[in-house]
Amino acid sequence: MIDINDLCALVGDFALHHIDLRVDEGEYFVIVGPTGAGKTVLLEAIAGLVPVRSGKIWLRGREITRLEPEERAVSIVYQDYTLFPHLSVQENIVFGLTVRGGTRENTRQALDWVVELLGIRSLLPREPRTLSGGERQRVALGRALITKPDVLLLDEPLSALDPGAREGVQGELRQLHRHLRATVLHVTHDFEEAVALGDRIGVMGEGRLRQVGTPEQVFRHPNSEFVARFAMTRNIFDGEVTREAGGRALFRTGNFDLVVMPGSESAHHACIRPEDILILTEPPVPAPENLLSGPITGVIDKGSILHVTIGVQSSFCCLVTRREFQDLELREGKQVYVTFKASSIHLF
Amino acid sequence: MIRVGVGTVWMKALFALLGLAILLFIVLPPAKMVFQSDPDLLIDTLSDSTVLESIWLTLYAALLATVVGFVLGVPLAYLLARSSFPGKSLVEGLINVPIVVPHSVAGIALLFVFGRSYFAGKVFGAVGLKFVDSLAGIVIAMLFVSVPFLIESAKDGFEKVDVRLERVARTLGASPWQTFRRVSFPLAWRSILTGSIMMWARGVSEFGAIIILSYHPMVAPILVFERFETRGLDYAQPVAVLLIVVCLAALVALRTLVYRGKRP
Repeated sequence: MIDINDLCALVGDFALHHIDLRVDEGEYFVIVGPTGAGKTVLLEAIAGLVPVRSGKIWLRGREITRLEPEERAVSIVYQDYTLFPHLSVQENIVFGLTVRGGTRENTRQALDWVVELLGIRSLLPREPRTLSGGERQRVALGRALITKPDVLLLDEPLSALDPGAREGVQGELRQLHRHLRATVLHVTHDFEEAVALGDRIGVMGEGRLRQVGTPEQVFRHPNSEFVARFAMTRNIFDGEVTREAGGRALFRTGNFDLVVMPGSESAHHACIRPEDILILTEPPVPAPENLLSGPITGVIDKGSILHVTIGVQSSFCCLVTRREFQDLELREGKQVYVTFKASSIHLF
Repeated sequence: MIRVGVGTVWMKALFALLGLAILLFIVLPPAKMVFQSDPDLLIDTLSDSTVLESIWLTLYAALLATVVGFVLGVPLAYLLARSSFPGKSLVEGLINVPIVVPHSVAGIALLFVFGRSYFAGKVFGAVGLKFVDSLAGIVIAMLFVSVPFLIESAKDGFEKVDVRLERVARTLGASPWQTFRRVSFPLAWRSILTGSIMMWARGVSEFGAIIILSYHPMVAPILVFERFETRGLDYAQPVAVLLIVVCLAALVALRTLVYRGKRP
């Protein structure tokens, strides 16, 4: 569907370095990364809005690298929806057909289709500046979809919305995608959003695509410290893997040893997701493979979940539900035990 | 009541006083001139065809200059707002040259290009257009001194148009021409129109460059000068009053047109 080969671009302070990416027909692909990673530039390069230095972009088997934006069949929806302020909602939606010289009958049919799809008939006579964030987004989506693009590019489509509205719109986007079987490329800086929406996700950092995979793959098996940190794997340790007698593998950090699954002997990093760590107030019997103890050095209250840091030479961050936190009577300074399975430790 | 720091009230009072002084300075002379005028003389002036023709000529020539400035200046304004090229800041500086050059000097300089024996003078002369003592001369003098106002304002207008609106239009299928016509231009229109009005008003008030190129046919500012020189203050005043009234009325009408309904 979209096939990007060794794409390089330089736009102001943003650069893309050797991007290789394949997005399948009908796939919802999310590009996620911190601010300044070049995500928007990648979308704009696909849309033909910024000059490409080298590399090639293919769309449905057609090379589009040097085509004008209007020749590409690619629609983009920007973060703040960029509706044309001098046109009514209806004129905004049909803009793409008007400039292509669509007949009155075709335009009316297409408008009906989009309006029903998004439930925005009542908005048609209004001016964009009178719309709420969610309404603007629907109109922008309608304007983008009416031209039946091969790919829909969404640049941070949820970040201009209230946190309350975000989850609902996220669900609507997912539904819309299922219904249309459209190919969507969605850019966000929010890892949770990427996991919730993406069939596959690509993590970008400093103009490079660092890892591409299903949410599960990226979440569980980050390929680098950058991705691990971005995926909020809070516990990342440097060290070496050694093979012990009896086939056991140990990851030695210098401060403590972790029992790990054999098979990743060349790894130099181990990471453990905070939700995979169990906190205990008494040492369990029999002692599990990985058991460490130390005092609680910090607690961050996030409401239903608390982030608890335990100092064991290095520090471990664990997620604890509010109920557990109260049942175990956890507090700063209290001596506790942490344990986790060897299979929860990801090596890279 | 929120008070920002000690002495806010005194500061406001002082600033208001200073502001009032400059306002009076601007408003008092023309107001006094208008209200001290002799109604009988004014009525006589209204029926003086020389005066009426000269005011009409002034308004008309300024309009022609604005049209030329619009056609040549708006595309340049768009280029300056949207693209970067080597020497761009030089071009931006050059646009403001007419504002710093004394206008009599501008008139002399124009003669060196549009005078009968010089290049442009010869070329246009071949098609029967001459710039000395003619409407065309008045128009180019007005154009030279007033076009920076239009270009600057149009450039501001285009710069305020979010470039992503143009990008979205392109992805929706609009060609660069269509994008300009349907998105950039309509969105910058108010600034362009404001700039055009400024340019027109500046053209109407031009004296220095015109007197060098084209003493005749006589535009209103030159007529006022001539009446003052040959017949004295009492005869210059009614023409001046009429000119001020016409200009203010035109300006108010045009501004009302621009900001109709939507005051920013």
